Amino acid sequence: MSTHEHHDHGHDHSHGHAHDHTTFQPDIREPSEEWEFLEIALRELLIDKGVITAREVQDQIEAWEKKSPEGGARVVAKAWTDDGFRQRLLEDGNAAVAELGFEIEALKLVALENTDDLHHMVVCTLCSCYPRPLLGVPPLWYKSREYRSRAVREPRAILAEFGTELPETTEVRVVDSTADCRYLVIPRRPDGTEGMSEAELAALVSRDSMIGTATAFAPDGEGRSG
Amino acid sequence: MTGPYSIGAKVKVSQGLPPGHVRTPLFLRGREGEVIRHFGDFPNPERLAYGLSGLPKLHLYQVLFTMDETWEGDGAYAPGDTVTADIYETWLEPL
Repeated sequence: MSTHEHHDHGHDHSHGHAHDHTTFQPDIREPSEEWEFLEIALRELLIDKGVITAREVQDQIEAWEKKSPEGGARVVAKAWTDDGFRQRLLEDGNAAVAELGFEIEALKLVALENTDDLHHMVVCTLCSCYPRPLLGVPPLWYKSREYRSRAVREPRAILAEFGTELPETTEVRVVDSTADCRYLVIPRRPDGTEGMSEAELAALVSRDSMIGTATAFAPDGEGRSG
Repeated sequence: MTGPYSIGAKVKVSQGLPPGHVRTPLFLRGREGEVIRHFGDFPNPERLAYGLSGLPKLHLYQVLFTMDETWEGDGAYAPGDTVTADIYETWLEPL
């Protein structure tokens, strides 16, 4: 049971909010960092004061956990096969992905196309901004202090660690997602994929290739392709 | 309308070190770059963070820096590599 099992429910219920008495069990069982205690305190206060319910917190977590990189892979595969869609995606990311049923509220979605000459790699040095509606919950390494500090300074070293070797003639452009935009990388379409269906192509589009630490898989299943 | 800077404008990031919630990374303070995209205008996040309206909205730009300008050789990158950040107009100075 969580450390909050013995939470005191002796508070005054006369504030008019209908308690459902659902409790919220956090994923992290043993908080240790200051921010974890802060999150617990804030969440419990908001629930106690009736601003949000425990059910809403749980529902929101589950809603985010249902999102996955398969969404982004569908977008990329369509961009690879439909040039009109690719153009619309580059011009207005939000409107283009809405055609496929993805709603990205408030934030501006920007698609970045990787080519032989230009390779984008996305980081958020200030926090962990990530296109969650298309890629789901970010990997832990994306949020790590190590990735966030190294990506902008030693991108070629990071790329090598992900097995991504690019020639010096390819410009590596590290894109720091510092504000109201979320970036989706469109990896370069691998060679030898002519005639493949959109669904077959989507299977080649890894999460990391849409962050830009990797390239899309080669069609022979050998991992990466240039 | 792209606000005070047009695409291709050369700019310098302010050197300031204000306290509080700031969205301009420290490693780019005082660096010179080029505006490559205008995103539109957005409420000022440095005010929103304190429960204020963030109005008037600020123009937001993607600014491109060379790795050499940023790190002066001290990093793992190739000569033509670059880094961009999304920076609000109040953090930029014309060059």
